[in-house]
Amino acid sequence: MSSTATTERPERGASRSSAQTTSGAGSSGSVMREIMSGNGMVTVLAILLSLIISALLIIFTNQDFLDAAAYFFSRPMDALAAAWTAVTSAYAALFRGSIFNYEASSVTGMFHPLTETLTVATPLIIISLGIAISFRAGLFNIGGQGQMIFGAMFATWFGVHLQLPAGIHLLLVLIMGILGGALWGSVVGALKAWTGAHEVILTIMLNYVAINLVTYLLYTPVLQAEGSTNPVSDALEPTALFPPLIGDSFRLNWGFVVAILATVFAWWLLSRSTIGFRLRAVGANPTAARTAGISVRSMYITAMAISGGLAGLAGMAQVSGTEKVLNTDVAGSFGFDAITVALLGRSNPIGVFFAGLLFGALRAGGVTMQVETGVPIDIVLVVQSFIVLFIAAPPLVRTIFRLPQPGALKARTSADPVTQPLAAGVAASTTATADGTTHAPAGATGDGAGLADAEEEATADEADVSSTPPDSGPPLGSHPTAEEVHQDEDARRRAAGEGEQL
Amino acid sequence: MKLELRGITKRFGEFTANDSIDLVVESGEVHSLLGENGAGKSTLMNVLFGLYEPTEGQILVDDQPVAFSGPGEAMAAGIGMVHQHFMLIPVFTVAENVALGDEHTRAAGILDLESTRRKIREISDRYGFHVDPDAIVEDLPVGVQQRVEIIKALVRDAKVLILDEPTAVLTPQETDELLEIIRQLRDNGTAIVFISHKLREVKAISTRISVLRRGRLVGTADPSAEQSELAALMVGRDVVLNRQKSAPKVGEETFVVRDLTVLSPTGQRIVDHVSFGIRQGEILAVAGVQGNGQTELTEAIMGLHKASGSIRLDGQELLGRTTRQIIRAGVGYVPEDRSTDGLVGSFSVAENMVLNRFDQAPAGNAVQLSPSAIREFAAQRVETFDVRTQGVDVPVSTLSGGNQQKVVMARELVDGLSLFIASQPTRGVDVGSIEFLHDRIVQERDAGTPVLIVSTELDEVLELADRIAVMYHGKIMGIVPGDTSRDELGLMMAGIQHEVQHDQHTVTQEGTRA
Repeated sequence: MSSTATTERPERGASRSSAQTTSGAGSSGSVMREIMSGNGMVTVLAILLSLIISALLIIFTNQDFLDAAAYFFSRPMDALAAAWTAVTSAYAALFRGSIFNYEASSVTGMFHPLTETLTVATPLIIISLGIAISFRAGLFNIGGQGQMIFGAMFATWFGVHLQLPAGIHLLLVLIMGILGGALWGSVVGALKAWTGAHEVILTIMLNYVAINLVTYLLYTPVLQAEGSTNPVSDALEPTALFPPLIGDSFRLNWGFVVAILATVFAWWLLSRSTIGFRLRAVGANPTAARTAGISVRSMYITAMAISGGLAGLAGMAQVSGTEKVLNTDVAGSFGFDAITVALLGRSNPIGVFFAGLLFGALRAGGVTMQVETGVPIDIVLVVQSFIVLFIAAPPLVRTIFRLPQPGALKARTSADPVTQPLAAGVAASTTATADGTTHAPAGATGDGAGLADAEEEATADEADVSSTPPDSGPPLGSHPTAEEVHQDEDARRRAAGEGEQL
Repeated sequence: MKLELRGITKRFGEFTANDSIDLVVESGEVHSLLGENGAGKSTLMNVLFGLYEPTEGQILVDDQPVAFSGPGEAMAAGIGMVHQHFMLIPVFTVAENVALGDEHTRAAGILDLESTRRKIREISDRYGFHVDPDAIVEDLPVGVQQRVEIIKALVRDAKVLILDEPTAVLTPQETDELLEIIRQLRDNGTAIVFISHKLREVKAISTRISVLRRGRLVGTADPSAEQSELAALMVGRDVVLNRQKSAPKVGEETFVVRDLTVLSPTGQRIVDHVSFGIRQGEILAVAGVQGNGQTELTEAIMGLHKASGSIRLDGQELLGRTTRQIIRAGVGYVPEDRSTDGLVGSFSVAENMVLNRFDQAPAGNAVQLSPSAIREFAAQRVETFDVRTQGVDVPVSTLSGGNQQKVVMARELVDGLSLFIASQPTRGVDVGSIEFLHDRIVQERDAGTPVLIVSTELDEVLELADRIAVMYHGKIMGIVPGDTSRDELGLMMAGIQHEVQHDQHTVTQEGTRA
C-alpha cells in the first residue's frame, strides 16, 4: 500500500494545489454572494442603525449638549433636550436639503432640494450600475474612478473641439464618453483574461494612471483651456450639453433621464440578455460556465468593457450635465462611492438606482445641514460608511434586531466547506466550545427539508475532495501580452482620433 | 467500552431528523449505519459527538448516562470521529495536526511535538499505517490523510471510533486498505461505527448493520443478508441492483480518438497516446483508479484541455474547436464534479437546465432570453427526469446530490446527440437515483448514440459497459469485453498488462468482491 501512495503522490500534489487556487477564488466569491444575498429588511435596518450611530456622533460633538452634560446629574433634562435638539435640527436640515424644503417661500424653493438630489445622484447611479455589473461577473472593479475620468476626457475633447448640430453633437459626446470608459475598463478585462492578473490591483493602478494622465493633459493644449494656466478645460459647446430637464432655474438635466435609461438597460442586460446570462454564470461559477461552452476570457473583457462604459457615461454626464468643464477632480470620490452604492443595491440595477438616490440625497442634504446647523458634512460620510459596514455584516444587524437567521441552513449547501456544519465541529473541537448549540437553534428556525438537503449536499460534496478541478487559469504565452494589449489600445485610440478629424 | 444511544430524537423545528433511535456498539465490533443521503446518519453522529444536543433520549457510556456539550467532552469520554470532510490543516505536518487541540508544551510555552511524533510512530507501526509524522498533510494522498484522522482519534485514546462515509473519497485500493485497518482496530478492541451507503463495504466489514430511513431505524440486518435486501430496507422499496441490459445493437464507429496526448502544466503526459473508437449504440466504459488521466481525457474531448492527436466525431475533427463548438456538434457531457463543473449553484434549476444552450430556441435567441420558455422547458425536463424539486425557480444548490445530478443529466441527455460522455455519472448519488440514471444511460445507448462512461466504481463499469478500457498512468492498458472479471480488471487498474499477468502480483480484492 505504501507503493500506491508513493506513485500517486506527485499527481495528487499537483491536483491539490490547483484545487486550492480554485477554492481560494471560490471563497472570495462566496463572500460577495453573502453580501449580495441578504434581504431587504437588513438593508432598511442597516440604514436605520447608521442614522442612530451618526445621531450619537452629532450629539457628542454638539457644544450645547457638552455644556449641559457637565451638570447632567443635577439637571439631566437639559442635556437630553440639547441632544434631542441637536439631532432633530441636523436631520431636519438634511431632509430640507435633500427632499422637500418646507421652510421655503416659493414652490420652486420647496422642490429645489429634490432636484438637487436627482442631479447629484445622476452620475452616481450610472457609475454604480457599471460597478454592479462587474460584481455580477465576479469582478471587483475598483477602477470606476479611472474609467469615469477616461469617459469625461473623451467627452470633453469631443465636446470642446467640435462644432456639430445640437442633438448629433450631444449623442457623439455621449458615445465617446462610453467608449472612453469602455476602453479603460476592457484593458483590465483583457489583462485579466490573458495574463491572469488580478483586477483589483489592475484597476487601482490604472486609477493612478488615469488621474495623472488627465492632470497632465489638462496642462497641455489637448485639453487645457486656451489662455488658462490652471488645469481646467474650455467649457463644452452648448450643443454638447444636456438640456435642463425642468427649466433653467434648476441644475437637473436630461442626464437623469439617461440614468433611468441606463438602469433599464442594466436590468435588461442582467436578467434578459444572453450576454447577461453568460456574465452571471461566469461570476457565479467560472468552471461550470467554461464547461458549458461559455468563454470565460471574453466574458471578463465584455464585463469590464460594459462596466467601464457605464463609468465613462457617468463621467460624460458629469461634464455635459453639471460641471460643463473638465477639471482634475471630475471623478471625485464617485469611483469609490459607486462600490458602496452597488453593494447597498445588492448589485441589482433597481436596487442600485434607489441606493444611488439615497446617497445623492445624503450628499445634497449634507450641504444644507452643514450650512444651517454647523454639523460637518463629513457626518454624511459616516452614515454612508456605516450603512455599508452593516450591510456587509448581516449577522450583526440580525443580532442587534433579534431577527431570525434566514438561510442559515441553506448557506451550508454552498460548495464552500467553511460554511458546512462539520467544519463548525472542527472549530469546536479545537476550541472546545459549545458550537453545536449555536447551530441547533439556527436549525430550529430553518425548514426541515432544508436540513435534509443540507445533509445530502454534504454527501454530494464528497466528490469534490478527490476530484481534479480543471485549471481555470489561462495559459501563459499563447496570447497577446500586456504590452500588445496596450499597443492595441493605442491603435484604437488613434483610430478614434482620426475618425474625428474626417 | 460500551456505547449506547437510547431513544435519541433530534428535531429541527417541525422536522424530525432522528426519531427515537436505539443503538448499541461494543468493543471489538463494527456497527454499520446504513442509509441513503439525508436519512439522518450524520445528524445522529453529530448528536453522539456532542455537536447537536438531542431533543429527547440519552447517551450512555458503560451504562452511565452522559451529556456532551461539545466534541471536546466527547473525545475526553473516548469517542473519536473521522469526518467525511477531513478536519486537517493542509500546510501543517502530520504531527502538528495530531497535536492540534491537545498541544503539549515545554517550559516557556514551547511546543513539544516529540511526544506526539513518538505516539504517531507507535500507532503507525502497530497498524501498518506508514505515516511519516513530519510529512506535510497537503502532500499526502487522500487515503493517507484519512489515516492521519484516525491517528488523531487514537492518540486521544478513542475507544469508539465513528467513521462518517469514510470510503467516499477513496479509490478501490485505498478502500481495501481502510477496511483492513478497521479490521485490525476491531480486533484490538476498538468499537467502530461505520457510516455508509455502500452496500458491499457494509457487508464486508460489519458485525451488525442498522438501517436508517427518513430518520427512523427501520431495521437491523446481519452482514450475511443479501445486498438487494439491504437496498430494499434502505430505499423502502425493491431495487434492481444488477440489471441485465440487452445486447448492444452496434452500428458504425462514429467516434474515434487517435494518439490523444495531454500534457500537464509541468510537461508530464497526463494522457499518453490514447486511441480508441466507439460505435453507435455501444457503451465504452473507462475504468481506472482516480487520477490516472480519465478526467483529462474527457476534458480534452470537450476542448477544455489542450491536447494533441486526433478526435473525430462523424468524420469531423473536434480537436482545436472550442467547447461551445463541440457542444453544438451534438456532444452531451456530464462532468465528473457537478458542483464545480456541472452546475451554477446560485442559478435556478431552470437556468441550469439551459446552461449550455441559453442562446438557442426554445431558451431564447442570440440576444435575448425568454424566461417563460426556459421555465416551461425546464419544467418538462424536471418531469421527464423525475427531479425532486420545489420548483424550477429554486436555486439548484438547494437540491440533494442525486437530484442535482439528474438536473445535469436532464440538460445533457437531449434529443439528437451524436456522442454522450458521462464522468462519474452517479458519484455521491443515492441508490434509488443510481438505478434511474443508469437506465437513462442505457436508453441513450439503445437510441444509437455512442456512449463514453468514465467511472472509478467497478460496479458501475461492470453494470454499464459493453466494452471496458482500463487507464493507468495516462495510458490505456487494454480494451476488454464488458464481462471481464473483477480480478482481471483490478490487475489492469494496478498497471499490469492484460496479457502478462503473473500470479505473484495479487491485489487485495477481499473488499471489492461482490
